[in-house]
Amino acid sequence: MKTYAKFGAIVLVVVGVLAWLALGGVSESKTYYKTISEVQKMGDQAHVKRLRVDGYVVPGSIVRNGAQVSFIMHQDPAKRGQDAMRLKVVYSGIDPLPDTFKDDAQAMADGKLGTDGVFQASKIQAKCASKYEAKPQLKTDATRAGM
Amino acid sequence: MENIGALSILLAFCLAVYAVIGSVIGKIKKNPFLVISGERATYCVWILLTTASGLLIYSLLTGDFRLGYVASHTDQTMPAIYKFTAWWGGQEGSLLLWAWLLSTYSAIVVFTNRHKFRDMMPWVTAVLMTTETFFLILIAFVLTPFGILEAGRGNIVEGMGRGLNPLLQYWTMIIHPPMLYLGYVGFTVPFAFAMGSLITKQPGEAWIHTTRRWTIVTWLFQSTGILLGQGWAYAVLGWGGYWAWDPVENASLLPWITATAFLHSVMMQEKKGMMKVWNMVLVSGTFFLCIFGTFLTRSGVVSSVHAFAQSPIGKYFVWFLAIGIAATLALILDRTKYLKSEARLESVVSRESSFMFNNLILLASCFAVLWGTLFPVISEAVTGEKISVDAPFFNRINVPIAFGLLLLTGVGPLIAWRRSSVESLRRSFFWPSIAALVLMVVLAVFGVYEHPYALVSFGLCMFVAATIFAEFYKGASAISVKSKVGLIPAAVELTHRNTRRYGGYLVHMGIVFMFIGYTGTAFNQDTTKEVAPGGSFQLGHYNLKVTNMLQGENDNYTWQRLTIDASRGSTSIGTLEPERRFYKASQQPTSEVAIRRRLNEDLYLNFAGVSTDNQRAVVQAYVFPLVSWIWIGFWVLAMGTLVCLIPSKVRLSYARTQVLGMAEKHAKVTS
Repeated sequence: MKTYAKFGAIVLVVVGVLAWLALGGVSESKTYYKTISEVQKMGDQAHVKRLRVDGYVVPGSIVRNGAQVSFIMHQDPAKRGQDAMRLKVVYSGIDPLPDTFKDDAQAMADGKLGTDGVFQASKIQAKCASKYEAKPQLKTDATRAGM
Repeated sequence: MENIGALSILLAFCLAVYAVIGSVIGKIKKNPFLVISGERATYCVWILLTTASGLLIYSLLTGDFRLGYVASHTDQTMPAIYKFTAWWGGQEGSLLLWAWLLSTYSAIVVFTNRHKFRDMMPWVTAVLMTTETFFLILIAFVLTPFGILEAGRGNIVEGMGRGLNPLLQYWTMIIHPPMLYLGYVGFTVPFAFAMGSLITKQPGEAWIHTTRRWTIVTWLFQSTGILLGQGWAYAVLGWGGYWAWDPVENASLLPWITATAFLHSVMMQEKKGMMKVWNMVLVSGTFFLCIFGTFLTRSGVVSSVHAFAQSPIGKYFVWFLAIGIAATLALILDRTKYLKSEARLESVVSRESSFMFNNLILLASCFAVLWGTLFPVISEAVTGEKISVDAPFFNRINVPIAFGLLLLTGVGPLIAWRRSSVESLRRSFFWPSIAALVLMVVLAVFGVYEHPYALVSFGLCMFVAATIFAEFYKGASAISVKSKVGLIPAAVELTHRNTRRYGGYLVHMGIVFMFIGYTGTAFNQDTTKEVAPGGSFQLGHYNLKVTNMLQGENDNYTWQRLTIDASRGSTSIGTLEPERRFYKASQQPTSEVAIRRRLNEDLYLNFAGVSTDNQRAVVQAYVFPLVSWIWIGFWVLAMGTLVCLIPSKVRLSYARTQVLGMAEKHAKVTS
């Protein structure tokens, strides 16, 4: 039984160390998913936590300035008038912006809200509705056709 | 035509259900005719799905844009090869590919075992066809590949198709998905045999012996699929990385990890009769993780860069997984008395315990990756807030795990079964340890001490490489003395005598090369510059001069290309031409990076865009040291795996010394 006790002790140490690393990793990289209107309502919390915000790129709002790119993101393209759903984003990260990042694209900005209300993104992701499906609208056409 | 396709799928569904019922009832009622009819139904499923796939491919190639699937995933201007790959370019088609591959595997299994395992085979067929039925439900009733568009009925004008996502129009993407699927689907077979063996209460390891080749081949497919994905990300996505801990990537990695653990722990069962329950858990876990991966990539549960298709099939997967896992667990628990271990662990310093640690940390890694991937789902369920974790979390936990694994890769194969003496440890590991230490000291002197992780990694790579080299040298020199041949023919002979062992070493060597490549990331350099034609900039020891900016167009896309002369010091090292494309059908831009690949480092140029005034090009330049070793490592790994598949010249008998020992002890106690 001594062998099993020794073995068990080593297992505990290994698992313990890994759990400790995992906990550290979580607190270091955890990011809160929020919608734009939620971010606007968060108050001071929004400046402290790392956030990930989803939205649609407002057409014509992308401005390149050297390595810095700024644009306006909107929660719902159907309600473009509402200011509470708008967010100005500035990106100055090192990675290139994805090719899918363009007017009307669904974008995801990762970063913190600055005190001036501008979102400082360290990462931008953008997607067409699917990696595989270049145009999702056709899908709905097809389903409609089926009805 | 689409009617024949849809009908084939529907019939295949009926026959798959029949195969399950026929096999099971035939087995229980001991009616061999029913069992055989179940097997024939399996062949029919294959024929029907081959017909359906053939029809879909024909429609894709001829551009039958009445079909919703064809119109969404191809267009007229696409090269034929990409029209063909559109088979798995979308949800419905790729599910059809899944189902077709599974039916192919099932037909092969049923055919090659038609005279063997009569007791267990009906259950194997039933398990295979149950899985098949599940996928056929999806493509027959939920997402049918043969749906017709409004336009197809002549109500509105037919389109020209929307095209395949241009990012996927790249050579590795032609084979990456089918490779991954071959791996994912293939694990159904060992799982089916394991279940068949459990249900019929088979003594012994028949299921492991018969599925050993399957397991190795599917593992190779999985590895190839993952590596092709990395190669694609590196060469196409323009950020120079090959792994981002994205949920889709993680989904492909999870079953690979458990499959790797399984490949190792079956050796414990074959040689010592230990870890029988554990192997059942691993093979089932791998199978369900394969299904889970398919679910994760298709249901939109977790958001990802790969931007999943939102679709209604998620709940079907949840049910299949829930029922499948519950049934498997119940079965394993019910049969634990047939899975008693035949030996005990004798020492912490032994081959047995190294296998257990290998399994422990592989599983820990699997768990951590799964946890991280599902973190948003779990946190939302627990705290109501959706929180995600990304790369730092995964790296923090997986880098130390990788080091542990690398160490075991060196230690495990050389350590003795049962227990190891200090003397034998010293003999085996003295020189490899010295080699590793010398390398680390030399690297530290040359400045690598700033990257402690890289230093440790290189040290471990050296250690493992030295142990593998020593093993080959030891065996080969013995043969070379005995039969008076050179060392290299002796090494080939040695490998041929025990392909499993020496093939395994080659796979380990491949892993070492890959780690050398991964470690290179610690020394990456990059810069982003806006340059007008004629301008130049510096990165590391490279001088890059933009000489020209061209543009043009063809049927598929318009393009802009930069010509960049690279030089080091005063010597020119060639011209690189990064390109940007804009695909017409899908209205999407892509970048075609230019890479100068060398063994020591890659020079990687991305034409990221044009400045607002249209005068200057935005160029991202990177230096990636040692990246090529990842791809070299993969080829070594693939070769090693193939060597493992060659039958050994010398038949090995698995003498279970430990079992005999136990029996003797037992005899003494009773007498």
